[in-house]
Amino acid sequence: MTSDTQSSLARFWDSDIMWSFRHSPVAIVAGLVVALIALAALFAPWIAPTNPYDPAALNLMDGFTPPMEPNAFTGNSYILGTDNQGRDVLSTILYGTRISLFVGLSAVLFAMVLGITLGLIAGYRGGWVDGLLMRIADVQLSFPSILIALLIFGVARGLIPPAYRETMAIWVLIVAIGLSDWVQFARVVRGATMVEKSKEYVQAARVVGAHPVKILIKHILPNVMGPVLVIGTIGLALAIIAEATLSFLGVGVPPTQPSLGTLIRIGQQYLFSGEWWILLFPSIALLALALSVNLLGDWLRDALNPRLR
Amino acid sequence: MTAISFRTGLGGALRMASVSALALGLGLAAASAETIRWARVGDALTLDPHSQNEGPTHTLAHHIYETLVGRATDGSLTPRLAVEWGIHPDDSTVWVFTLRDGVTFHDGTALTADDVVFSLNRARGETSDMKGLHAGVVEVTAPDDMTVHIKTEGPAPLYVQNLTNTFIMSRAWAEANDALTAQDFAAGEENFAVRNANGTGPYTLVERDPEVRTVLEVFDGHWGDAPEVTEIIYTPIAEAATRVAALLSGEVDIVQDVPVQDIQRLEQTDGIKVEFGPENRTIFFAYDMGSEDLLTASVDGNPFANPMVREAMHLATDRDAIQQVVMRGQSLPTGVTMPPFVNGWTEELDAYAAPDIARAQELMAEAGYADGFSVDLHTPNDRYLNDEAISQALVGMLARIGIDANLVSQTRSMHFPLIQNRETDFYLLGWGVPTFDSQYVFDFLVHSTEGARGGWNGSRYSNAEVDALVQAMATETDLEARDAMIAEVWAQLQEDRVFLPIHNQTLAYAMRDGINLPVHPENQPSMADVTFD
Repeated sequence: MTSDTQSSLARFWDSDIMWSFRHSPVAIVAGLVVALIALAALFAPWIAPTNPYDPAALNLMDGFTPPMEPNAFTGNSYILGTDNQGRDVLSTILYGTRISLFVGLSAVLFAMVLGITLGLIAGYRGGWVDGLLMRIADVQLSFPSILIALLIFGVARGLIPPAYRETMAIWVLIVAIGLSDWVQFARVVRGATMVEKSKEYVQAARVVGAHPVKILIKHILPNVMGPVLVIGTIGLALAIIAEATLSFLGVGVPPTQPSLGTLIRIGQQYLFSGEWWILLFPSIALLALALSVNLLGDWLRDALNPRLR
Repeated sequence: MTAISFRTGLGGALRMASVSALALGLGLAAASAETIRWARVGDALTLDPHSQNEGPTHTLAHHIYETLVGRATDGSLTPRLAVEWGIHPDDSTVWVFTLRDGVTFHDGTALTADDVVFSLNRARGETSDMKGLHAGVVEVTAPDDMTVHIKTEGPAPLYVQNLTNTFIMSRAWAEANDALTAQDFAAGEENFAVRNANGTGPYTLVERDPEVRTVLEVFDGHWGDAPEVTEIIYTPIAEAATRVAALLSGEVDIVQDVPVQDIQRLEQTDGIKVEFGPENRTIFFAYDMGSEDLLTASVDGNPFANPMVREAMHLATDRDAIQQVVMRGQSLPTGVTMPPFVNGWTEELDAYAAPDIARAQELMAEAGYADGFSVDLHTPNDRYLNDEAISQALVGMLARIGIDANLVSQTRSMHFPLIQNRETDFYLLGWGVPTFDSQYVFDFLVHSTEGARGGWNGSRYSNAEVDALVQAMATETDLEARDAMIAEVWAQLQEDRVFLPIHNQTLAYAMRDGINLPVHPENQPSMADVTFD
């Protein structure tokens, strides 16, 4: 059984994939962009010129400074300018990307764990369990996931006592996006599980008398992980956008800790009055991040698909 | 990103499309100079004139219905359906109104004192949102067809000020259409008067499509001078940028709620002008200074109960910076929670100290909060001009004296119940004073919460002396003595730092060149006042 795990790990890190990565310029560029953004976000407190989340460090009079130009009142100058509160746009993008990435990764992880678990159970047990879970999935699929996230966000906020609402906001956001996104994982895993469970190695394990949970985790799960990783990568891009959308609608993280979506929401109010930089730079950052993650997902799907090799 | 821009782009495009469709469909009508296409951020919530005590709802109603007395743009009272009014010479608890001759409703019936009695009783009814303004009324009677007597519990020398938004309906029409009581808005009720109207006002209702478009036409039988505008097309446009774009592209003639950041752009555009005027509304912060413990504070006890903390917060607030950056000069910073329109306002009260962070930090240390504390700050984000940005700016200023305010920003329908249900420690609120008298501020924001008073006293301020003065001034007939009482209450409130006032709002209306519409201090412009060059 250990050898089984090893072989599946080995299959995942297969040199085929690395070969395919090395020979896909799109994947290399996308991978570099993602790595660059992720590192910049991770080390934001050390890289960023200012800390935009420390309200005491902000000077309101610095507000609306254009990029590379000195502020009319304070004389301070910022590479990408400042927003309506005097926050340095560059620093805010770095810190905001941290939130976007953290929420995106956590939400996908949450959706993945939930989706895989339910998918394995549905696919392996079949019968009424499968029927029930998949009907729930069908119902959820018939609504746009952003609406479901909004609904969960609203309900969760209502349930949390007011004193904890703000500290819990980011976790509520993660759960809301995660819960709105588990269906894709569950469906794929269920389908793959139904295929795998009739294969000989699973039947052999069953004949030996292995516990179903053990069969699911040790035998079936490694063999359905390929498509799950593909959905996970694309799901990450969607989760980042979902976070930005919720923040854009003003229901995400608190406005004093802007994520990319919050910055874009602030920026679009000032487009008409000519303060374009508040909207433009965060939009580019979000676009670059979401697009690169998406391209990586596309490449991974092709690389893992034996028919395209 | 793609998903977002698609969403907003599509939404914007749809709205623009609907606006241009509107302009297209009315190409002929728009050609005549007497049509005004008027846009603002939201629609009237209902046409039932007594169902909602809310600004935009009243604004539309003022075109169709009329009140006994009106409010001019300079804040003074003007005769409307009543030509004369005064306190009864023999009984100081009775107000006497003499009605205007020859007033007819849109359906052709004549206005009589009986209609006024019916309307005032309807406005006092259980389901009416206007009842708070008539809480002291005991009985409304009509001694003859042209006279109305309103009897109050005690002398009410300023009661007439409460009548500027209470509209007069026809009893016969309400009876015929089963609209005898005001629509219970909170309960989701509907009645005939919600979508239909029969007033005495200068315009009749032609078409009503809530949230989309409302068309009014001039009423030929109106008693006043015929207004220059003969047709009004009223379109709510929620998105600020779309509203401004509609004016820039000539699809509307007047935009009421102009975002401060777009004023400069509009002023510089040929063919468009912007009218400014002060609004009768103060934006301020308030904090729970009465409870033993706060709901969201990081420390035990109530830091806001400590006068030194409140003083420190005042000294940390840079009102001029908020005016300059957040409001782009479009506000009047103030040190008191009432605009200059209000009886009781003085320059001394309005003055405020320059920010002094060092002194504020000392005060915090003296109060025992050298390490500061954290607390939630609640703000609406769609009610007042740049409300969320004002709150954010305050968060930064308070951070310098160690107060870590967690900003909770939400829509107005979620924000206001927090104040009324006392579920917030610290919040932003804007208060307009439709009666133009300090009593309105005291009754709602200052008096201890009991009976009809103190409904919005989220400060939990409770001072028996102040309460006694507020009650006494309601029935005080010697106006000089009453003004002294008002001054005494304000002095006490300022000393106790009950509020953290920021500024009085300034209004801007943008319109096509050639149109003249002065800014109304209560933001209740009437298209009947529009003149053309």
